[in-house]
Amino acid sequence: MVGLDLERAGTVSTEVQRVLRKLGVEPEVVRRAGIVCFEGEMNMVLYTPGGRIILLVYDDRIELIFSDFGPGIPDVELARQPGYSTAPEWARELGFGSGMGIPNMEANSDRLEIRSRVGEGTVIRATILRRKSEAAGGRRETGS
Amino acid sequence: MKLREVAEKLGLEFLVAAAPEAEVEGGYVSDLLSDVLANAQPKQLWITHQRHLNVVAVAKLRELSGVVFARGIRPGPEVIQKAREEGLNLLISPADAFETAGRLHRLLFP
Repeated sequence: MVGLDLERAGTVSTEVQRVLRKLGVEPEVVRRAGIVCFEGEMNMVLYTPGGRIILLVYDDRIELIFSDFGPGIPDVELARQPGYSTAPEWARELGFGSGMGIPNMEANSDRLEIRSRVGEGTVIRATILRRKSEAAGGRRETGS
Repeated sequence: MKLREVAEKLGLEFLVAAAPEAEVEGGYVSDLLSDVLANAQPKQLWITHQRHLNVVAVAKLRELSGVVFARGIRPGPEVIQKAREEGLNLLISPADAFETAGRLHRLLFP
């Protein structure tokens, strides 16, 4: 991901959903992963010079790991609060920066760990548990 | 109600008719992307003033039945192109967001 590349932002979450669907992951998990990924990549694009997004798929869960190259979050607890935002005016005019990004990531994951160091960067790990009863068609496919 | 029928009754113009037979079960009005992601429901029609590329991603992620640009707002060709690729319905309403939403509500929940 490259920072400030708003045009391409959103493509990672679309791709993540495509991959998860292909793997036969439960639709509800695919939906939640898409939202978590979109918010994560938007944060990366709006606030950092860039970073990496890693998708891990396990039998019982999926994990999305966002790691960026800075600038870090001085007060993570504050950033987790709904409505808190440091978005610039231009981003708000485009409908970003309503202070719902991290809360949305939390609402759509079962665990959200944030580690951040000012001046160095932030790593966010979102874990979404797979509840097998929600599997589409009842069958789980393992890759293709 | 099918989107095609909603469009006819509300005088909406299809910019991208990717799936005009899509079912519309409600509507959501917002210009905040995260708000839509958090609170809009699948099969709703999203009425907005935003017209940039991320609108397409948000609408697809939330499995909305389409996006209606209020007040005749017209998105650029890259948005239309992206919506075609992603199979997302895009429409324009000549009326403002309040009137578009009001008429949609009356149509769906008479």
